[in-house]
Amino acid sequence: MAEKKKKFMQGNEACSEGALYAGCRFYAGYPITPSTEVAEILSVRLPKIGGVFMQMEDEIASICAIIGASLGGAKSLTATSGPGFSLMQEGLGFACIAEIPCVIVNVMRSGPSTGFPTGPSQSDVMQAKWGTHGDHPSVVLTPATVQEIFYETVRAFNLAETYRTPVIVLYDEIIGHMREAITLPEAGEVEVIERKKPTCKPEEYKPYAQSNGSIAPLAAYGEGYKFHVTGLYHAEDGFPTNNTKLIGEANERIVNKINKNVDKICINEEFYTDDAEIGVVAYGVSSKSAKFAVKEMRKKGVKAGLLRPKTIWPFPDKAVNKLAKQVKAILVPEMNLGQVYYEVERASRGQCEVKGIFKVDTEAIHPNQIIEEIKKFA
Amino acid sequence: MGYRYEMRFSGSGGQGMILAGIIIAEAASIYDGKMASQSQSYGPESRGGASRSEVIISDEEIDYPKATSIDAMLAMTQEACNKYNKDIKKDGVLLIDSTEVKNAPKGDYKVYSYPISTVARDELGKIIVANIISLGMIVELTKIVSHEAIEKAVLARVPPAFLDLNKKALQLGFERARDLKPLP
Repeated sequence: MAEKKKKFMQGNEACSEGALYAGCRFYAGYPITPSTEVAEILSVRLPKIGGVFMQMEDEIASICAIIGASLGGAKSLTATSGPGFSLMQEGLGFACIAEIPCVIVNVMRSGPSTGFPTGPSQSDVMQAKWGTHGDHPSVVLTPATVQEIFYETVRAFNLAETYRTPVIVLYDEIIGHMREAITLPEAGEVEVIERKKPTCKPEEYKPYAQSNGSIAPLAAYGEGYKFHVTGLYHAEDGFPTNNTKLIGEANERIVNKINKNVDKICINEEFYTDDAEIGVVAYGVSSKSAKFAVKEMRKKGVKAGLLRPKTIWPFPDKAVNKLAKQVKAILVPEMNLGQVYYEVERASRGQCEVKGIFKVDTEAIHPNQIIEEIKKFA
Repeated sequence: MGYRYEMRFSGSGGQGMILAGIIIAEAASIYDGKMASQSQSYGPESRGGASRSEVIISDEEIDYPKATSIDAMLAMTQEACNKYNKDIKKDGVLLIDSTEVKNAPKGDYKVYSYPISTVARDELGKIIVANIISLGMIVELTKIVSHEAIEKAVLARVPPAFLDLNKKALQLGFERARDLKPLP
């Protein structure tokens, strides 16, 4: 039976399937290579199940539309690439401060600006964390296989609903366009978290009420609850405030609701790290090159190991620190000129050497490039 | 011990190289029960420009989806042939469409030459099935997937109105590769 459910599909298609499985019923976007297939597939599928697909005039409108749809009670999604992701930054900040769950997929291509549209890169990792201004929560997932794109898209919706915050699914052109056989789970096989709705009377509803870090339920517009939503700092009732105590508390709260749950949000794959003497920290497409390199090195008796974050933000400090304690060196291959490298260096706290392997010619990092670097420390 | 079989389909945008890669990977993974991954590299043009598709077939999980040491490669244009033949391994297979590729490269691998596009146009009346003839030839030359699997995969991917044409193209590919000898 399991064999029958095997489907050969592209990363972007798995993303669409994951969104539908998670209950996404609203997509707004402006098509852009290499993310277009997500929109293409959802434009066919969503209307058939009573959902809405809207092609917007640009990416600013796209993110605003998914925020609006989410306030209307729908799980909502947009997909884009670098240039569009840049335009979405203001809306992303709005979703952070107004605490509106939504999912943004960024299929990374070569940049800056229009760059090389069909060429992969991993150069938006820092933008995904710091692209929007102000201190804000960042939850960014970095799947590395077609099957994982499905699961991580479902997880993105679950995290968005749990923490009332935007969640970013970040992968690149290679994984987005790569095809593999995957198994789509039946309904109920994978947990899908639904939004908490208020149970109080509408006149008592406080959309930003909280005690001890709890997250207030979010009413849907149209269900009788009237409330105010703004990008200004606001009190429990949602109306703007200039009370400095409330402003400070609110800013800390939206950041801490993520930071205090790092252990629940951060998921890593550990591959031969137990006895590793040389570590590799890699995510997304570069982790595929790294895994190949680690396997080859192990065949030759070299104790190399890979730590692969599936959640890149918040950063897996603990796991990196633990690896840094036991290895001589950590290598960080990435398709940019050094982004996560500095995070690894910071989290390693000087316990081992940290070396970056950077590549921006839009070709994947060849495993041999990593093997050569591992050999230097063997 | 797991094996790793690497293939590259290269030509110019619009020749169906990406589709050829998808079909053979699907034949291996869905119909032959192996593991397969297909990736692609293309330019912003919808036609023209170098286009390539790479397929890795294995009996275990495939980590790195790009070719490192190629077992079998198809080149439909001279440009693609020159640009991409370097990674073919010793005793590997290179199939070239002699309609376009006039200068066959020399290496420690086997080069098979056949006027694929010309045959597609003259014998089947449709140059667009050159990629399907190529698939038939490469399967016959390498035996990497079964005839049944590749036929099922081709028929599952082509428009219903062109089932017969594609079936013929695939069979033609099997036949013409059967007695084909590598270039001296």
